[in-house]
Amino acid sequence: MTRALSPRRLGYTVFQCAAGLVLLAFTMAPFVWLFISSISLRRDLITVPYRFEPANASLERYLAIFGTGGNDIARAFKFALLNSLIVAGLVTLVGLATGTLASYSFARLRFAFKDQLLYALLFTYMVPPVVIVIPLYVAINALGLLDRKVTLVFLYLSMTIPFIVWSTRSYFGSISKSFEEAALIDGCTRLQTLRYVYLPMARPGLVATAILAFIVAWDEFFFSLIFTSTLASKTMPVAIAEFSGKNSVDYGMITAGGVVASIPPLLIAVLFQKYIVMGMTGGGNKE
Amino acid sequence: MRTKAERRTGGDLSEEAYAFLLLSPAGLVVLAVVLVPLAITFVYTLMNMELLSENRGSFVGLANYASVLGSAWFWQSLGRTLYFTLSSLVLETGLGLLVALLLNGSFPGVSALRALIILPWAIPTNVSAALWKWIYHPEFGALNALLQWMGIIKECRSWLGDPSVAMNMLVLADVWKMTPLAAIFFLAALQFINKALYEAARIDGAGPFRRFWYVTMPHLVPTLLVVVVMRSMEKFKAFDIFYVMTRGGPANGTMVLTYEAYLRGFTNLDYSAAATIAYLIAFIVLALTFSYLRLLRQEDIND
Repeated sequence: MTRALSPRRLGYTVFQCAAGLVLLAFTMAPFVWLFISSISLRRDLITVPYRFEPANASLERYLAIFGTGGNDIARAFKFALLNSLIVAGLVTLVGLATGTLASYSFARLRFAFKDQLLYALLFTYMVPPVVIVIPLYVAINALGLLDRKVTLVFLYLSMTIPFIVWSTRSYFGSISKSFEEAALIDGCTRLQTLRYVYLPMARPGLVATAILAFIVAWDEFFFSLIFTSTLASKTMPVAIAEFSGKNSVDYGMITAGGVVASIPPLLIAVLFQKYIVMGMTGGGNKE
Repeated sequence: MRTKAERRTGGDLSEEAYAFLLLSPAGLVVLAVVLVPLAITFVYTLMNMELLSENRGSFVGLANYASVLGSAWFWQSLGRTLYFTLSSLVLETGLGLLVALLLNGSFPGVSALRALIILPWAIPTNVSAALWKWIYHPEFGALNALLQWMGIIKECRSWLGDPSVAMNMLVLADVWKMTPLAAIFFLAALQFINKALYEAARIDGAGPFRRFWYVTMPHLVPTLLVVVVMRSMEKFKAFDIFYVMTRGGPANGTMVLTYEAYLRGFTNLDYSAAATIAYLIAFIVLALTFSYLRLLRQEDIND
């Protein structure tokens, strides 16, 4: 008790609080600005001197994105958001299905070149997309699969599968073999042990992995830029890049789209923070 | 029982055949999307693939590498890539460590701050890039307004319009977005340090700085190495923020290797130059990958 009240201790707490406030300001100010810009009228955004509080707040841009009316940008954002949601959702589901099959086999089965294959998989994760993009473009163009969502799903799977295998393998590996043996004796096939033993027991790890896979697919820009051209498959990052590259940029609309595009990953980050930290730090570390 | 269990594994397949069956969907995707194109790109680097050239498709040996490595622009772009990588890396790991030390303490509001710190990392890279481009706007940007209000500058500045300043502004935007990641890694490592070690050091008469250097730092070194290598690979191949914020400009002030390869491949349609630059990027990333694997193995041994 006396230590908590000592001047030195108090001074340190004051210092911590001050540093915390600086950190809070630097972290949150751009977010606040993103939101204020998205609800400010266009004429207020391009007025000097500046006002940091919006003179006239308006939600019309959000209504335009979610409604049926609105200008071209709002329409593009609506389709791009939908495309992003479909692509990232499919990548997460298919990636988890194929990735867990592979990682079960890495964690529990014996086969030739196991270590080499695992490191080859990790190696593909490190290959920069720019290195493989030209032959992919030539092939996808020849197959007539440019500007299709399914193409993006396939491409993104190659980015998420190695990471999914790498992290779920360590979760599966930490589960005792005796559970699997008991299930086998009870008459489960191996695939059923994966379904009824490994997947439920590794659930927190799978949630963490799924979240990170979704965020990777939601965020991907380079392949989407190269392989999509119309609203049939264009994803959100491409729409944002396109409209912020125009000569007379409508920053109000871009910030509104940015807020909407940030909602899924932000919600995930807030709700599943514990899992994310585990997924990011637990994959490589072994406790 | 064992024979029964084995019979049930999946028909008459041996364990090995079964393993490869389970690996095949994932393996095929990776083979088709990454490994085969990786080999084809290498072939492109040995050929003349210029769209308008008469000798298109002819084998040229290492001429593409010679011409790229012999050009001034390659070394300038490499220099800018290294500048971006190193400066943002030093700032992010340094600040990330300070933030983690702060958040590892206890003071009013610390748990809320721990939850908020992750937010910049979570938003899409392009949203962050477009947001910072707007903050840096030469006439209506918030940075100009803030600095004028504080009396630090008198005239509006064109932050992304000045070749010598633009790269630093991109570094700042990247630091805002990615410092949380380093901080989270460090915070996780800090929470594994046994508190009794600090008590012991305190009793032995070690001040706060000596406690940090001799107790905290040795525990953070493995995490530090992983963060540094992992992040440097990511930064070395960064593309998104350069595309959204500056497109390599102004006056090539932010022209990095990945953007250079993109431009030559998809704007100039010079596939061989683009493939060659891309392969040089890959070689550097490969070198980083090997150091990453070695660090991980060392960690395994230490455990």
